[in-house]
Amino acid sequence: MTTIPHLLPLAAVAALGLAAPAMAQNTPDNIDAVTFEDGRWYAENGAPTYKVEEDGTIDWASYSGFRRYHSECHVCHGPEGEGSSYAPALKASAVAMDYYDFIGVVAEGRQKVDASHTSVMPSFGTNANVMCYIDDIYTYLKARGTDAIPRGRPAKRAEKPDETRAAEAACLGQ
Amino acid sequence: MKKLLILTTAMTLGGSVAAYANSDLQALIDDPNQWVIQTGDYANTRYSKLDQINKDNVGDLQVAWTFSTGVLRGHEGAPLVVGDVMYVHTPFPNIVYALDLNNDGKVLWKYEPKQDPAVIPVMCCDTVNRGLAYGDGKIFLHQADTTVVALDATSGAVVWSVKNGDPAIGETNTATVLPVKDKVIVGISGGEFGVRGSVTAYNMADGSLAWRGYSMGPDSDTLMDPENTTHLGKPVGPDSGTNTWEGDQWKIGGGTTWGWYSYDPDLNLMYYGSGNPSTWNPAQRPGDNRWSMTIWARDVDTGMAKWVYQMTPHDEWDFDGINEMILTDQNVGGTDRKLLTHFDRNGLGYTLDRVTGELLVAEKFDPAVNWTTGVDMDPNSATYGRPAVVAQYSTEQNGEDVNSVGICPAALGSKDQQPAAYSPKTELFYVPTNHVCMDYEPFRVSYTAGQPYVGATLSMYPAPGSHGGMGNFIAWDGKEGKIKWSLPEQFSVWSGALATAGDVVFYGTLEGYLKAVDASTGEELYKFKTPSGIIGNVMTYSHGGKQYVAILSGVGGWAGIGLAAGLTNPTDGLGAVGGYAALSDYTALGGAMTVFTLPD
Repeated sequence: MTTIPHLLPLAAVAALGLAAPAMAQNTPDNIDAVTFEDGRWYAENGAPTYKVEEDGTIDWASYSGFRRYHSECHVCHGPEGEGSSYAPALKASAVAMDYYDFIGVVAEGRQKVDASHTSVMPSFGTNANVMCYIDDIYTYLKARGTDAIPRGRPAKRAEKPDETRAAEAACLGQ
Repeated sequence: MKKLLILTTAMTLGGSVAAYANSDLQALIDDPNQWVIQTGDYANTRYSKLDQINKDNVGDLQVAWTFSTGVLRGHEGAPLVVGDVMYVHTPFPNIVYALDLNNDGKVLWKYEPKQDPAVIPVMCCDTVNRGLAYGDGKIFLHQADTTVVALDATSGAVVWSVKNGDPAIGETNTATVLPVKDKVIVGISGGEFGVRGSVTAYNMADGSLAWRGYSMGPDSDTLMDPENTTHLGKPVGPDSGTNTWEGDQWKIGGGTTWGWYSYDPDLNLMYYGSGNPSTWNPAQRPGDNRWSMTIWARDVDTGMAKWVYQMTPHDEWDFDGINEMILTDQNVGGTDRKLLTHFDRNGLGYTLDRVTGELLVAEKFDPAVNWTTGVDMDPNSATYGRPAVVAQYSTEQNGEDVNSVGICPAALGSKDQQPAAYSPKTELFYVPTNHVCMDYEPFRVSYTAGQPYVGATLSMYPAPGSHGGMGNFIAWDGKEGKIKWSLPEQFSVWSGALATAGDVVFYGTLEGYLKAVDASTGEELYKFKTPSGIIGNVMTYSHGGKQYVAILSGVGGWAGIGLAAGLTNPTDGLGAVGGYAALSDYTALGGAMTVFTLPD
């Protein structure tokens, strides 16, 4: 696994990412932030993504993903997307999987149960605490999977955008 | 062959007269050659009178035989030995093996229930199971999906089966059961799913419901008598299980009951602890949230609560109160007292009078504990029995969306379910502990049935300014509330201890070592690295005149989830990230039992 200091410019991150063939989606068009809409960053291919400024500041949505991950996902998948004795490392999944496949698994769940596996991902489709923040969790894990941010609580984060506040309230039905 | 006779008698009487079932079971429990309930005895001392293996020869211990369980997940609990048969359980799918000790552990029978795999992800923190229990000629298994099943101990045939809960709303099981008199008493898991905790007694003969007592709700649910059920010596009053909750929050209030149960035959009371209130965001559940985080004493015949003590009113840190209650008879200040000692997740070691529920001792059993300055021990004080919360570490006072840093212990507690042992010879408790602190940020969550209901973000790291490890194995004086000695461990000690009349104390480590230490000094006398990390409990038995020590290995559980990748300390700065030991560097999954004995 390539280790990339988080202060490197994003172009360098993407270039190094290309050298890691195991990560099929670790390409600039899936990773690099190009447009900012409704409170979050998107990559060229339309998938949500993270943005880390030169001073290490991470976008609000990915910071929110850090919080939500450690509430909803951590008890099975381990701290900071690192995986555990129980469930796989989601920081790798968020980069290796297509965005829509990733969301599909979270919403619908999946099972791998046979003689040597008892892995069951539940369906989170009806869970507002997950689904209202799924893009946040996804971009946080993408940032971890590309080593754009280190383990631990993100040290600096952008302010919460007003449009995020409105979208959050609408999603939670508040 | 006295023990065989006893077993035969128990099986013959099985299912006939209920009152006899208990005296037979009591006789089996009293026979140190056998290990017929998970806790070793009703008092939960995990003490064996066997002394063939002792502190002078334990260094010669050898592996006698091993057994692979065929399951990869975390292996908690311990095997049972009843007569000439050993019973081994596994995590989900909850296989039971009966092994013939007269024939090199040949499999006499195997039981594998059919369970919907959908229960797996509803189980917070791995699909562990803390083991079987024996009674009345039956082996009792409480499956992950909350099916309680009684198997014929000789044939493995299902005698009866009953469903205790509903996994679709997050109700699952990880615990063993308490067979007592003519009943089997069981608990429930699911505090992270908004489950309302309860203990339920089923009739041992046929599995029919005898009583159920909830952790919160109206008096008819909690089985409390407003006048006769007491809290610190005072009547609890009417509806104490609802009047410290806002609205209907108590209905999804948590207080689950997945720990170990003890029993005092003279008082006819069972003792256990209830877990955390849900959610982990304290701002969403104002009030004391009674009776979560509570030590309970219930009459085993009726379920009625005799007394309760709430250790952590209005939990702000996920300090479940489910750890075991160890019952001892000790002389305190010249008076013989019936005591109950409990090492809570919150880092305090409590000693109470188990007859009355009077609080005698509440002291920190890890010096790192900082969320409280201590418990108010003045019976005349308005805050009698309450812990004084340090504002800096109060996630309630700091509020939602605020990250409270440096709280000790972490949510996994100074000690989790891994049970301590007590030796009447040394009058010391031997306690496996965690030495981990945390940052905790609560935030608002909404409730969906069958979905996690957590509402906080946690970061955990080894206790700062200490030995750098994540655990200690300590000896504790329960009368004084003082640590006698403390052995630093690299990882949390997640294995139940065993004390013996041979003046040896055994425990396992997450790297996979079985260790034997001197009961008086803590000096390490023996260690052996088993096939996988140990989160199971050490047990001992004798067969054919030889003493054996057995342990399940198979890393997993909350320890496997939290520690597999290693911990980080966000306050250490970026350079130190990943600097702590990763469990995955030491061990991998795989269930196996290792049985030790002395060379001939």
